[in-house]
Amino acid sequence: MNDHSSTPGADSSGTPAAATDLFSKFDPLIQQREQLLAAGMQDPFSLVMEKVLSPTRAICNGRDTILLGTYNYMGMTFDPDVIEAGKQAMTDFGAGTTGSRVLNGTFQGHRECEDALREFYDMDHAMVFSTGYQANLGIISTIAGKGDYIILDIDSHASIWDGCAMGNAEVVPFKHNDIEAMEKRLKRVPEGAGKLVVLEGVYSMLGDVAPLKEMVRIAKENGAMVLVDEAHSMGFIGEHGRGVAEEVGIIDEVDFIIGTFSKSVGTVGGFCVSNHPKFEIMRLVCRPYVFTASLPPAVVASTATSIRKLKHGSNKRAHLWENSRTLHQGLRDLGFELGTKQAESAIIAVIMPDLERGAMMWEALLTEGLYVNLARPPATPANMTLLRCSLCAEHSAEEVQTILGMFERAGKAVGII
Amino acid sequence: MDRAAVDSSIRSLIEPFNKKNVPIEEGTTFAGDLEFDSLTVMDFVAAIEDEFDIIITMNQQADIETYGQLVDAVNTLQN
Repeated sequence: MNDHSSTPGADSSGTPAAATDLFSKFDPLIQQREQLLAAGMQDPFSLVMEKVLSPTRAICNGRDTILLGTYNYMGMTFDPDVIEAGKQAMTDFGAGTTGSRVLNGTFQGHRECEDALREFYDMDHAMVFSTGYQANLGIISTIAGKGDYIILDIDSHASIWDGCAMGNAEVVPFKHNDIEAMEKRLKRVPEGAGKLVVLEGVYSMLGDVAPLKEMVRIAKENGAMVLVDEAHSMGFIGEHGRGVAEEVGIIDEVDFIIGTFSKSVGTVGGFCVSNHPKFEIMRLVCRPYVFTASLPPAVVASTATSIRKLKHGSNKRAHLWENSRTLHQGLRDLGFELGTKQAESAIIAVIMPDLERGAMMWEALLTEGLYVNLARPPATPANMTLLRCSLCAEHSAEEVQTILGMFERAGKAVGII
Repeated sequence: MDRAAVDSSIRSLIEPFNKKNVPIEEGTTFAGDLEFDSLTVMDFVAAIEDEFDIIITMNQQADIETYGQLVDAVNTLQN
């Protein structure tokens, strides 16, 4: 019966069974991509930055390009202190940790990173993960177990959905930013069941902000714990840059804040901060924390330095907001359709009529010397194709005007405005 | 509400989402026959949830492929 010498997949008569190609499920996507490329378009998802000159400039296809599609909101990637801290740590601690945080992978730098986070958020506990994705994946899948209910916004980031899929809780989505829809669903959760409400401060596709004040209040009134992902607000929203929850005055009501180092902080990694008295047990039970190698020494040293510098970045914050408002107003005046009525964050989403013209516009902008993010379904809400612009505090006022000129020329060439 | 009443109520709720007027039978599938995408599913589920004052979790939705299965699930959930 168990003859390992026979041909795999062969039946008893010796004829090989027809193999099912597991990749056939991707055929529609492969076809769509080939059609785009056959039309002579450059693949928007395989751009290579040949050289990075600064937080706002890189060489792409041999051309000096303005970067308007990174999450380098505060321009910390080339901060001299941040770079120096990383270099020193690489020299002193080596290139990597080769281990899990709970075994041999916690170096002094990891502790310093967590200390910096506790101070930055003024919270009791901080836990550093190897990426922001893993922070959501780990915390959500671990704290909401079998029989518990997760109530979440339908436009939540993939890492939140994957955290739900990895755990055993009942998952209940509600319409994007719809306070009433959230409340109704919360009230229908069976009595006695554990409840976790998952929200984001800024939703990254359209750059819109959640009505956190009302939502967090309602969640608390209904006995739920609240987790807020502040990935796209850290460093420049709220008095101390703690995010939308701080801005609207309810940060003390939030049980868990999830964040990332790969945006305003300018490195890579993720974290959760909390005042929950039992929070430290997470280090033993959260699998995406335990079963992966910790961040390299250079990364945690750069990160700790960057977080401490972000605390004093109020001038940069003000300039970032100016940039965001100027770009939003300018694009609207040019006749582009935007994802929000006003600039609500550092993300301005330009809505494209369809994927084909979106890809054409993306390429036209790149030829002008401007990089933006092309976002397409299923990453986008309502099957929209978006050109997402994310601003940096290091973009000069003149650069924002240059960017508007590029959008005008490209938009007219492609026939969108 | 008995199963027949649940059926008739869901039949009227599905109308605005059934753009091609596909005939609705017990075995009609949402993904295949009705061509519901994820956004349509969300709006349709929300309409049913509000009508019956219930929750149909994503976990439960994963097991519902046909119209008949949906009526059965709602019929059970309302009690």
